[in-house]
Order: sequence, then C-alpha cells, then structure tokens
Amino acid sequence: MDDIDRAIINSLQGGFPICDQPFSAIAEPLGLTGSKLLARIRKLKDAGVISRFGPMWHAERMGGELTLTAMKVPQERFEEVADIVNSFPEVAHNYAREHALNMWFVVATEKPGRKAEVLAEIETRTGIEVHDMPKIQEFYVGLRFEA
Amino acid sequence: MVLNDADHALVSVLAEGLPLVSHPYRAIGSQLGMDEAEVIARIQAMRDAGIIRRFGIIVRHHELGFKANAMSVWSIPDGVVSEIGRRLGDAPEVTLCYRRPPRLPDWPYNLFCMIHGRDRAAVEETIRALVQRFDLAQYPHAVLFSTRRFKQTGARYGRPIPRAAAE
Repeated sequence: MDDIDRAIINSLQGGFPICDQPFSAIAEPLGLTGSKLLARIRKLKDAGVISRFGPMWHAERMGGELTLTAMKVPQERFEEVADIVNSFPEVAHNYAREHALNMWFVVATEKPGRKAEVLAEIETRTGIEVHDMPKIQEFYVGLRFEA
Repeated sequence: MVLNDADHALVSVLAEGLPLVSHPYRAIGSQLGMDEAEVIARIQAMRDAGIIRRFGIIVRHHELGFKANAMSVWSIPDGVVSEIGRRLGDAPEVTLCYRRPPRLPDWPYNLFCMIHGRDRAAVEETIRALVQRFDLAQYPHAVLFSTRRFKQTGARYGRPIPRAAAE
C-alpha cells in the first residue's frame, strides 16, 4: 500500500456518491482518473484489505433483526460448532473470545421472526444454549479504520 | 420507507458489492431490468431513510494492521448506564458502543464497547485510560480479546432475484 491507497481507504469508508459515474466523481480529489482508481480498488480487494464495496445496512430499518449472541462451547467441539454456526447465511461475524462464553457471533435477518428460528436451529443442532443479547440502546456505531 | 420487491432484489445484488466498473448503477440495473436512473433513485431513497447506514469501502481491519480487537464490557446500574454509554460512545477510541441485556448467571454485563488497535498492549492501555477518564473502576468489568476469526462477512440480505428480472 502506498499513500494513495491509504487515502482511498481513509476517504471512502462512507459518503460514496450515488450518481451515474461515481468513481470518476471521487477520483479527482485523489489525483487519479476513474479507471486508475478502479484498478487500485480492485487490487486492494484482491489483497483482502477491502472486504467489499457497498452499503452497510440498518437491519431494523429494513424490517429485519440484528443481534449479538454468545455460546459456551467445549474446546474439543469448537471446530464442529463453528462449522454449524457459520453455515447459516444469517451469521455475519463469528469470533472466538477469551471467556467462559467463548464463541460470539452476529445474527442479521431481513425478515421479522427469522432470528428466533436461526437461534433455535443452532441450539438444536449443537445442543448448546445460545445467549441472545440484542441491543437495547445504541450509543455509537463508527467502525472506521485509518490506514 | 417500506421496501418493495424491486428494492429487495436490489438489496440482494448489492450484497455482492458494487460492481467495480465506471457505470456501476447501470450494471446493477441491467441485472435487474431497471434503468440506471431508477437504481440511483432507489439507493438514494434507502440512504435517505437510513436503511443504508453508510455506503463505501468496508475494510478488513485485521489486514489493515488492526490485529487486536477487544470487546470491553461493564455491569452498570440501569439508572446511569445510558449516561455512561453516551460518554463512552463519544470517546474517539471506541469503535462501537451498545447497551445490551445481561444474561445471568453467566453474563452480568450490560454495556459493550469495541476497541480496535494494532496490538494487544495498545488496546489494554486504551481501556485503562477509558476506565480512569470515565471513573469506571467501581463497576464489574471484563475484556474479551478475540483469539480467532471464523467468519467475517457482511450480513447477507436480499431475496432471490425474480426470474423475469434475472433473465
């Protein structure tokens, strides 16, 4: 990554224009042409620095549900349980963490009622209780990173 | 704003990410049988309604060098949790901050903050500083560093593209 790549990452984590040629519109302030900018974005995506280019959704406003859940998984069953959890397309993130509750994942659904089904299916297939911790209040969501 | 079938199809296509071409909205439209102006208008409407929180690059923070990520949690009395949550949420070091229900007996914590940093020591130092600045030492607290990342994708929204539009 060079300074231009860093500038791309730092300036494009929000506020992307919705117009007919958006890449051209943002290329100029970065000192690039639209096609050079696209080539750099493709390269950053291939390198795994960018996971995707597009919207971050507000699940509840879309009519769906979003929650954080945790399970207490015996060490020897970790891989097996992770495979089951990850097989659900509704599971967006899954991390192992240092605690008795050691597997933490986000469930995001577009249809109301589907969240309860997903959690129940995971409990049935793993035999492990899923602790559902939906947000009660949101104080800040600003997950952005400086390159 | 209530999403119609065309919007749900659009959500589904956007889940793949914006096509990296000079006219991305036209490219999306051609997959859905919509014209460019219509795609732009619907995405703009979803952004205005807050259904799209933000639109841009989603980075993989680990690959960017943010190798330590800690969920820092506190058990705070109901009467003051909102005020403390707001103050922590305003702290520049905090990347996400939510109030969630405790789950006794395993989990007494009700305030969740994510702290990302380049290494574990830096994140621990950040948390120490937050505890001091916001007078949090009096509350039960735990820090859960992530040890493995099993999955990190965006949520998969969207319904199948109607056949007529997909053909």
